[in-house]
Amino acid sequence: MGSLGTLWVSFPAWSQILLWDLLKIVAIVVPLMLSVAYLTFAERKVISYMQVRVGPNRVGPRGWLQPIADALKLLLKEIIVPTGANKILFVLAPVLAIMPALVAWAVVPFTPSLVLANVNAGLLFVLAVTSMGVYGVVIAGWASNSKYAFLGSLRSAAQIVAYEIAMGFALVGVLMAAGTLNLRKITLAQSGGFWHWLFLPLFPLFIVYFISGVAETNRLPFDVAEGESEIVAGFHVEYSGMTFALFFLAEYANMILLSALTTVLFLGGWLSPFDFAPFTWVPPFVWFLLKVSTVLFLYLWLRATFPRYRYDQIMRLGWKVLIPVTLVWIGVMGVVIFFTPWAFLFYR
Amino acid sequence: MTFESLVFYFFSAVLLWSAAMVVTIRNPVKAALFLVLAFVSAASLWMLVEAEFLAIVLVLVYVGAVMVLFLFVVMMIDVNLAELRQGFGDYLPLGGLVAVLMVVEMAIAVGPAQFGLHKVPIPAALGSHYSNTRALGELLYTVYVYPFEVAAVILLVAIIAAIALTMRRRPDTKYQNPAQQVNVQARDRLRIIKMPTEHKS
Repeated sequence: MGSLGTLWVSFPAWSQILLWDLLKIVAIVVPLMLSVAYLTFAERKVISYMQVRVGPNRVGPRGWLQPIADALKLLLKEIIVPTGANKILFVLAPVLAIMPALVAWAVVPFTPSLVLANVNAGLLFVLAVTSMGVYGVVIAGWASNSKYAFLGSLRSAAQIVAYEIAMGFALVGVLMAAGTLNLRKITLAQSGGFWHWLFLPLFPLFIVYFISGVAETNRLPFDVAEGESEIVAGFHVEYSGMTFALFFLAEYANMILLSALTTVLFLGGWLSPFDFAPFTWVPPFVWFLLKVSTVLFLYLWLRATFPRYRYDQIMRLGWKVLIPVTLVWIGVMGVVIFFTPWAFLFYR
Repeated sequence: MTFESLVFYFFSAVLLWSAAMVVTIRNPVKAALFLVLAFVSAASLWMLVEAEFLAIVLVLVYVGAVMVLFLFVVMMIDVNLAELRQGFGDYLPLGGLVAVLMVVEMAIAVGPAQFGLHKVPIPAALGSHYSNTRALGELLYTVYVYPFEVAAVILLVAIIAAIALTMRRRPDTKYQNPAQQVNVQARDRLRIIKMPTEHKS
């Protein structure tokens, strides 16, 4: 240990910071990738039980090694590049899809002290980074030189841009209530029991945010970008092996990210629902995980329950229902905060 | 060379290279993607001068929304490269003249005389508690509130004009009325006929 310490001190200061940050990034990404793997397993199990089936139960004890087997299979499969495809962009697209899903974790606070970068404009950063996720889908569709993939990417681009607006407006409400862009401070603004969490005063925005989150991740009932009954598998129809696996990982990492953001913005992050004894014994990180898992379960539940939306219905819901709802609620909040004595309802 | 200047030269080089690629590359989709790269590099440069709000909004608005829609359109255009190359020589003198004029104008307008180090000093490094977003918001909604509102109204006019231009009511278009679709009852669509069971003779 002593020799390790001297070795550490002998590094120049900048490389110490670099190594330390790299270590922190690994400490976030590795558990994230594991949870992505087991989220796929959880999804298959949850949906099977909802459909009165057993689900995967052959690989390992009670099927627990199934995601590992899936990952190995995808790693060993051949990557086929279609003729006439743009090779560079074809390979770049899955990377572009997964990059934002991982980068955004830099500003997510897990506990009061456990956050990689506690930046002032954290919420804006998350919005900007997640808005880049659509490029993976769009480029994949164009570079594959396939009609189905192209149609899927067009659908996805229109859908994501539409729902991003609703999502951004929902976050404006959070900003008005919390008065800061810093994700850690937004969570701290909700301290003091679950009735202080923002999902109560911002209930319409919370619902809009959740629905747009489902649409942004191309999950059912908004998965027309894949639409296997209409356009085979949409934007990733030409992808195989590890390139396909990256799209898959990106979708699930995005799901976990959006659940974590919903938790931080509306459900009080790491805070416990009650401020007295048995609840405060639970460590903050466990509360965070519990809330994220609950929101994730909602995603799985939605998939098992709803049929796919028709494309024009998706557009109508996004532009004519969700965006007006957010605008009205922002107006209500503004009027209440500035002109009525009930400002305490919204502003903390 | 400090770390900051290293970062600055790296992103500047990427910005200039990608901006040059936007106008020289023939494939319009690739040109649009290089424009995205140029926006991201510019945002990184702004981040370097502690304008984090502007940097993030540049990525959010231009990369996240405008360029996606741009790609959306560009991807659907079928470009014939041979046709594009035709008439390059005819337009070269006029195009070259316009380009030279633009370079001269830009040099006059944004040259070192206006934006040199003596006019715009390096911003003082501010503490981590300083919120660029808050400072910008306070300035926009107090000192510059009228120009800001006027800009908003002009944008609104542009939105209405764009929608009005694309709204063409064609008499033969069939619309779906969602209210009617939702309100439909089973008895409107389905008729159950009762009939006695027939036995095998």
